[in-house]
Amino acid sequence: MKYEAVIGLEIHSELKTTTKIFCGCKTAFGAEQNTQVCPVCLGLPGVLPTINKKVVEFAVKAGLATNCTINKYSKFDRKNYYYPDLPKNWQTSQYDLPIAEHGHVDIEVNGEKKTVRLTRIHMEEDAGKLVHSGNTIKDSAAGSFVDYNRTGVPLIEIVSEPDMHSAAEARAYMEKIKAILEYIDVSNCRMEEGNLRADINVSLRPVGSDKLGTRTEMKNINSFKALEDAINYEIERQQEVLEDGGKIIQETRTFDPERGVTLSMRSKENADDYRYMPEPDLPPIVMTDEEIESYRRELPELPDAACLRLQNELGLSAYDAGVLTASRQTAQYFDAVLKTGADAKLAANWIMSDLAKNLNAAEITIDQSPVDAKRLGEMILLISKGTISSKIGKKVFAEMWDGNTDSAEKIVADKGWVQITDTGAIEQIVKEVIAKNEKAVADYKNGNKKAIGALVGQVMKASQGKANPQTVNELLTKLL
Amino acid sequence: MKIIEQPAHVLHDMLVKKELSAKELTDAFFASIDKSEDTLGAFVTLMRGKAGKDASIIDAKIAQGEELPYFAGIPVAIKDNICTKDVKTTASSKILENFVPPYDATVMTKLYDQNAVIIGKANMDEFAMGGSTEHSAYHITRNPHDLSRVPGGSSGGSAAAVAGGEAVCALGSDTGGSIRQPSAYCGVVGLKPTYGRISRYGLIAFASSLDQIGPITRDVTDAAYMLNAVCGHDKMDSTSLKEKAPDFTKALVADVKNLKIGVPKEYFADGIDPQVEEKVRSAIKSFAELGAKITEISLPHTKYAIAVYYIIAPAEAATNLERYDGVSYGVRVPGKDVPEMMINTRSQKFGAEVKRRIMIGNYALSAGYYDAYYLKALKVRTLISQDYVEAFNKVDVIMTPTAPTPAFKLNELTGDPLKMYLQDICTVPANLAGLPAISVPCGVNSQGLPIGLQIIGRALDEETLLRAAYTFETAQGIPFAVPELNNAEGGASV
Repeated sequence: MKYEAVIGLEIHSELKTTTKIFCGCKTAFGAEQNTQVCPVCLGLPGVLPTINKKVVEFAVKAGLATNCTINKYSKFDRKNYYYPDLPKNWQTSQYDLPIAEHGHVDIEVNGEKKTVRLTRIHMEEDAGKLVHSGNTIKDSAAGSFVDYNRTGVPLIEIVSEPDMHSAAEARAYMEKIKAILEYIDVSNCRMEEGNLRADINVSLRPVGSDKLGTRTEMKNINSFKALEDAINYEIERQQEVLEDGGKIIQETRTFDPERGVTLSMRSKENADDYRYMPEPDLPPIVMTDEEIESYRRELPELPDAACLRLQNELGLSAYDAGVLTASRQTAQYFDAVLKTGADAKLAANWIMSDLAKNLNAAEITIDQSPVDAKRLGEMILLISKGTISSKIGKKVFAEMWDGNTDSAEKIVADKGWVQITDTGAIEQIVKEVIAKNEKAVADYKNGNKKAIGALVGQVMKASQGKANPQTVNELLTKLL
Repeated sequence: MKIIEQPAHVLHDMLVKKELSAKELTDAFFASIDKSEDTLGAFVTLMRGKAGKDASIIDAKIAQGEELPYFAGIPVAIKDNICTKDVKTTASSKILENFVPPYDATVMTKLYDQNAVIIGKANMDEFAMGGSTEHSAYHITRNPHDLSRVPGGSSGGSAAAVAGGEAVCALGSDTGGSIRQPSAYCGVVGLKPTYGRISRYGLIAFASSLDQIGPITRDVTDAAYMLNAVCGHDKMDSTSLKEKAPDFTKALVADVKNLKIGVPKEYFADGIDPQVEEKVRSAIKSFAELGAKITEISLPHTKYAIAVYYIIAPAEAATNLERYDGVSYGVRVPGKDVPEMMINTRSQKFGAEVKRRIMIGNYALSAGYYDAYYLKALKVRTLISQDYVEAFNKVDVIMTPTAPTPAFKLNELTGDPLKMYLQDICTVPANLAGLPAISVPCGVNSQGLPIGLQIIGRALDEETLLRAAYTFETAQGIPFAVPELNNAEGGASV
């Protein structure tokens, strides 16, 4: 039997507010343990939460940017479960009236477009972080520690419908969500810091069936690679179980990124009863149409719109436009390069080839690039103006990448890399090259037009790459 | 004149006129405590050292001719579920036996701003669950009017301290009658303000949507002053009301002409003690004689109030009390792993009544039962509130007994939780509807046990309550007195 995978994602994203969701404590990452805490986020007896309005604003913007309906009446609920990283032993979350519902985003995989529906987006608080002396909470009673700095950091949970059918689609969906959250500037989306993570639900069903199979859940996946690996492993595992006549057990599985396998964690047969209760200490969140519209007006251009603009206004290919707008940082970098007056296609090529190659090798992001957009743009302008050749451009770029902080123009001047456009000077070199390369000249004259390439190379070499290649070509053709 | 019998407004004038120093006043109360506390058991923690120091600071201010805030130098008792910075706050529970809050409740900040002298943390039913203070994990509190009887609860320590000459006034908290019922049993004034009038920040939560802090005082004047001192919007409490509070002492006018009083027939039904009914009806009659208009009214959903209350309050309590797990504060009972440690801590350190309510609450919230119990209770709560909205279209205040009986005997009801719960029948509806209500003494029964008249008002209309209560108190003209602590059937021995 042929099976089809059905995949849904619950994406948790930490919002980039400066303070926590229900108190004034800072949210900065990496602070010393238990230094960003107060009676409220520690859940001491007698404390009460107060809502951080920025959290509501960010959640509404996330909802609007993903085509959700914003609920004008929404409320918080207590999700009750005992865990030592949860000081109150309940998580303040949203249950039956989330802030946003019924959205969708478009994704593209292998040139095929599709829509993934969003069930809901709700606001909630993050838990603290446990540090164990043993392997698990069970065997380290004498040596577990809690860092409450993360307790109360605001999260939104974005729940998709089970609309994806492959690891590639799930990845494209999560990339799109990440891009949107970055564009609207509500989350840092640093997956390595855990502020964007996904719970994945995977089930299989026979192709053609519209009934959902039994699903398993993999929690806290925090890289795109792990997301794809976990899904691919799980699809294969479930397929084997089904083909052997077995049954899928509804359970939570953990993904081991090093071994690339999922392992059974706990069975969901005895589903947790969270005993949800409306949070009596927080009034409901009531939004007016005016407030919602004012948030909508504050939304910047979103990735899909930016991608279309690059194609329609700048004439870039769909592929290039997609790459350049896939992350907000790249799109902003590209826009900043264009601001210098640099040619769009040249800028796209430089960003997607030389810059990307160097960033990958150095394992840094574009906003950490030692060559900022302005200097790259100015260098590209020098190429367009004919001051330097693209070949010299690469040398200038390498110089800047390696720490030369001068402008492209100054580097070119200092190094004497200005392109020779003086026809007389080039003609002199061409003549010398012709005189020295009898064989190539003979080949050319005998009809081997390709032989001119070697001669151009010699001229460029003799001019230390500074001769204008077009002029060199013209002169060679004429003199031969 | 006995200093320890005076209300705050008399003592304030004496302090201002330098007829008395704050130190003398505090010393007088600690002398009284030394004499009576072994018998009454009104406190969990006494703050002798801090109180003495604070009194001296106030005397220095008086000597320098500084203007004195109203509660400057006045000895005040605080219910032990209100967090006091650097002073142990236990909620009368073993699980918080060692808990010292690192912060002050908003009401404490306000009282300290007034230079009040806090003399101690008053005993209560554990986590405010109970109506007799017998559920304190530490000790019982006796009723100063009859030492064989309970002071009521859960703010029994606060009421007994004020009635028994151990504090001039006190703060209590009221979730289903916990200020008004002990005030009635102890013959003092107890006011539960409109929900949201006083910040709950720092009040150890029992049932968040019902809890409200309020004053327990020797007369209505002090209640108005104390409400002035502690009320107001607080940005730390999202449920605190934004409305600006008036000066409640302006309502202290002896005039009830044309005041429309509603008497709900449902509150005089089965189970009410005949002497309680007689005293309350006679009090209402005296309002008529003062020019008020009396109408019988109906609040048809009253009969569901107890059932609704005993679903909503335990449900909220079940989650509010989840935080007591031995992890980062309070008492910890070790276990072989974390889950066992939590289980050991909670099963050994919570009292029976608290565990009973946690179980009721979790049952009501569990999947499959939520709609039938919790959701249904919320709907009926709305109906109960609507009864009051309709009634207040016709009348200005509603008068009822505060409790169906006078103070009962120690151990009389501890074996019958349901009967204990029914003691809340007259007080619970005001909490469910969020309305202000006051209990004022309206006489004693044949055994000399105090009886309370409850006056319920419109939301935010504490002023009319205070005016009615003040008028009644003035007309009665009986001054507050501390009873002799040997007048009990059971005697004064402990």
